[in-house]
Amino acid sequence: MPTIQLFEYLLRLGDNCLILSQRLSEWCGHGPVLEEDIALTNIALDLLGHARFWLSYAGEVEGAGRDEDKLAFLRDAGQFRNVLLVEQPNGDYAMTTARQFFFDAWHLHLLNALGRSSDSRVAAIAEKAAKEVTYHLERSTDWVIRLGDGTPESHRRMQAAVDEMWIYTGELFEMDAVDVEMVQSGIGVDLATLQSRWTEHVEKTFGEATLQIPAENWMQQGGKRGLHGEKLGYLLAEMQFLQRAYPGAQW
Amino acid sequence: MVAVQPTVAEIWKWLEAIADPEIPVLSITDLAIVRDIQWNAGEDKLVVTITPTYSGCPAMDAIADEIRRSMKEHGIDRLELVTKLSPPWTTDWMSDQAKQRLREYGIAPPRDSLVQIEEANPACPQCGSPQTKLISRYGSTPCKALYKCLSCLEPFDAFKRH
Repeated sequence: MPTIQLFEYLLRLGDNCLILSQRLSEWCGHGPVLEEDIALTNIALDLLGHARFWLSYAGEVEGAGRDEDKLAFLRDAGQFRNVLLVEQPNGDYAMTTARQFFFDAWHLHLLNALGRSSDSRVAAIAEKAAKEVTYHLERSTDWVIRLGDGTPESHRRMQAAVDEMWIYTGELFEMDAVDVEMVQSGIGVDLATLQSRWTEHVEKTFGEATLQIPAENWMQQGGKRGLHGEKLGYLLAEMQFLQRAYPGAQW
Repeated sequence: MVAVQPTVAEIWKWLEAIADPEIPVLSITDLAIVRDIQWNAGEDKLVVTITPTYSGCPAMDAIADEIRRSMKEHGIDRLELVTKLSPPWTTDWMSDQAKQRLREYGIAPPRDSLVQIEEANPACPQCGSPQTKLISRYGSTPCKALYKCLSCLEPFDAFKRH
């Protein structure tokens, strides 16, 4: 069992869910309509549940006495392993929708593949999470179509959001040494193989939504290695404040 | 320590009395959150296996506390609660009686995943009309969606097939 690589891999899975969950929870009480406020916070809750499963397991694999809470609240930005897409600020509703749609379409295929992992705990978490993420993707796909094929104003904003988020989608399929090691041990997934199915779903949805896939093909990368944008620091400052100011606080 | 060890059947009965904190018309056994009850051979330790409905469901902590409290009340001091994720929870495990109680409570029950009714909307739990409309895929809890009845015009929660 390649312990360090597995720990790293589980951090990536957990941090993606944790950071996106935190971003979505920023909408709590600010949703454009009550139903969407409820939807986004419910999705945030699902993702928080997934983050807890992954980070608990990561803590056990590391064996250094760090549990899910220590990993979530006591690491600095450079130690987070989430992809850059999930840390992008909420922006307007189109930005939040584009970010969610690109992530959900990838997340579902990833989890379906991880459901066949040689590591039974990874497979169990993935199989459980995939049921919930199936529903996330149905919702975000509906909203991309509704906003893209809506009014001239919603179409303009949705296209602008797609253009803005696009450069963060390449990292989803990037394979590095950790990914290769995890594929070889039968635990992980070859991310490059997910790309065609992801692209197929995006193209089909954009067709209905009358949106254009951006021509830009330069992709921003680095989140998986701990190279994050400045805004992640602000997110962590809010998320971690209590445990930083009052170490070990419980209620 | 209890003088006579309660049987597994008795313990199931006790757990049947614990209501779900979000949907009190259902017990935690109706929801199939309790997956297994066993006495650990050779020890006087009870092992209760539970599974979460939705991954982030905040009711799970309250449910675990209730199980601990109930077992203690019945004199079982040595309890191990095991959380099992596989096979993942499904609404197919819910009994017909539980579904009927949900309907009477005003929540449209989940449909069986084996019966594929051409994506038909759930019938209104108030007036029974099949003419209903999805308002939002998410409701007051992760397990429910929000619908509106086009006949009696009342909004209602529907338990999602999962």
